[in-house]
Amino acid sequence: MKQKTSLISKLLAAPHLLWSAIFIVVPLFVVVYYAFTNADGAFTMENIYQLKDYIPTFLLSLWYGLLSTVICLIIAYPFAYFLTQFSNNSQRIMMLLVMLPMWMNLLIRTYSWMLILERNGILNKVLDIFGLASENGFLNSGSAVVLGMVYNYLPYMILPIYTIMAKLDSSVVSAAQDLGCNRLQVLRRVIFPLSLPGVVSGITMVFVPSVSTFYISQKLGGGSFLLIGDAIESQFQSANNFNLGASLSLLLMVLILISMAIMNKFADDDTGGAIV
Amino acid sequence: MENNIIIDLKNISVSYDGEPILKDLSLYIRDKEFITLLGPSGCGKTTTLRIIGGFTTPDSGDVIFENKKINGVPPHKRQVNTIFQRYALFPHLNVFENIAFGLRVKKESKEEIEKTVTDMLALVNLKGFEKRNIQSLSGGQQQRVAIARALANKPRVLLLDEPLGALDLKLRKDMQNELKNIQQKLGITFIYVTHDQEEALSMSDTVVVMNNGVIQQIGTPISIYNEPKNAFVADFIGESNIIDGVMKADFKVDFSGHRFDCLDKGFAPDENVDVVVRPEDVDVVDEEKGMLKGIVTSVTFKGVHFETIVDIGGFKWMIQSTDYHEVGKRIGLYIEPDAIHIMKKSEYSGLYGDYSSFSEEFDELSDASVDMSEEE
Repeated sequence: MKQKTSLISKLLAAPHLLWSAIFIVVPLFVVVYYAFTNADGAFTMENIYQLKDYIPTFLLSLWYGLLSTVICLIIAYPFAYFLTQFSNNSQRIMMLLVMLPMWMNLLIRTYSWMLILERNGILNKVLDIFGLASENGFLNSGSAVVLGMVYNYLPYMILPIYTIMAKLDSSVVSAAQDLGCNRLQVLRRVIFPLSLPGVVSGITMVFVPSVSTFYISQKLGGGSFLLIGDAIESQFQSANNFNLGASLSLLLMVLILISMAIMNKFADDDTGGAIV
Repeated sequence: MENNIIIDLKNISVSYDGEPILKDLSLYIRDKEFITLLGPSGCGKTTTLRIIGGFTTPDSGDVIFENKKINGVPPHKRQVNTIFQRYALFPHLNVFENIAFGLRVKKESKEEIEKTVTDMLALVNLKGFEKRNIQSLSGGQQQRVAIARALANKPRVLLLDEPLGALDLKLRKDMQNELKNIQQKLGITFIYVTHDQEEALSMSDTVVVMNNGVIQQIGTPISIYNEPKNAFVADFIGESNIIDGVMKADFKVDFSGHRFDCLDKGFAPDENVDVVVRPEDVDVVDEEKGMLKGIVTSVTFKGVHFETIVDIGGFKWMIQSTDYHEVGKRIGLYIEPDAIHIMKKSEYSGLYGDYSSFSEEFDELSDASVDMSEEE
């Protein structure tokens, strides 16, 4: 009987395993293969050596990723906290509003920001009324890139934090009040430590796509703030150098894994396991 | 017991969504007293506790703590601590830090915290558990941590909201004794909420029986049991046969077609009353010697006694006796004057005290539903 169920569960898991193997594991090996070979398929470390030219791009990517993650956290945490104080109905509506922009494609959302930020855009026109318009608009700047990242990835920060806060046992909060905590102390001593797993997964879900994005930086940065994602894209799309592109991808992957490892080190042992 | 009043609730009314929870409730609590709020789920006992703890603000009425009105004072500024229904321990802190929580908020010195936590762990018999994770503790141990955590703050009043509800029977009995001992040792006022009448009777100095947001009776466990004020109290506390009677004169009452001597007086002549006779106070005699005569309809063995249901003129009496009387046997009942308690008619008259619909399964079922709704 037991063997039978385990056979069934194996069969049920098979499509998933097959999927993972074909679309995750195999491509990873392909990336590694390309990274260590040249155009003729011979082994070479040339692609790895070339990576040193991209160090500034990597640093900029990490910096922007970090910046947008921190900004997202600063916005999302208080938002999620105050949201849980509302009635259930308002909470549902607010979460729907948070998710609403995600029903639209990332490209369209980013294009909309171009229209808002450009020299003749809505923002500049409004500011012009007060004589505050910027001569060149706000597009094509590092700030515009970070803004785009924050806008696009904010829901990924709000969602996990809100979910964990909404599930928080309210009697624990009552207990903290009972033991002498005012609102701020309740937040610091009980709610924040208990919401850390949500914070950690929120950081992961914002940092990873921010670091590796290419479209947002191209469109809102105007080509002058190219990030590592752009570098990878150009190797595959225009330079046709799959090998260098693969080595860049490999390095990005390693960097992200290291960041995640550091992140999970900070979080509790039992919560860290649940996130990756 | 000292007579100084520590908490005085005056004409408290509370309603949620237009639904009245407490109706003009007044209650005073003496210092160092073990007082129990007893009643079925939804009777307002937990709301009363939350008002004292500061988690609920009354719509009208005053909460007086040591002669000071504290209606709007938030929980963290009150000298009371609560033990919550499911303990509400902090899962991110170990046993030591849970107990030290209130002391750390108060910014007490490291030595002081160390000493208090050690004392508290000794008090609840959890020495050596300092570093243990909360999740690794059993229900009984979590309960003890919750008690230690509340007491570490040295509250004037400890509020206990059905603290033993989640424990099994044996453990519950042990904890009852332990709580009573702790209360006596520390000399703190305990306000205890429960729907378990046995728990209330065995632990309390004073029992407050509540139903539908109204206090039905306040008294010592013995007076509540022996002299219930109305049919609700008589039925809720222990088992009762509640029969319609007519008070013919002082010390004379008619019921079930027989005139009885009793110890009650002060009723109008021919006043309709509720008569309470506890099942254990009825003597079974031969039919011809009985004041009342009836036929046994069911017998259940309960360990210490047999629970016998007797049909007397259509009314089913419950009798607890160590003698076995088989179903169908005709028996007589003899009732001493001091076994009869007379109550004025109330809104609860006629609702309780007849065992004709009584069955074991029904009793179990209704008990279980009370437990479930309490937990929500």
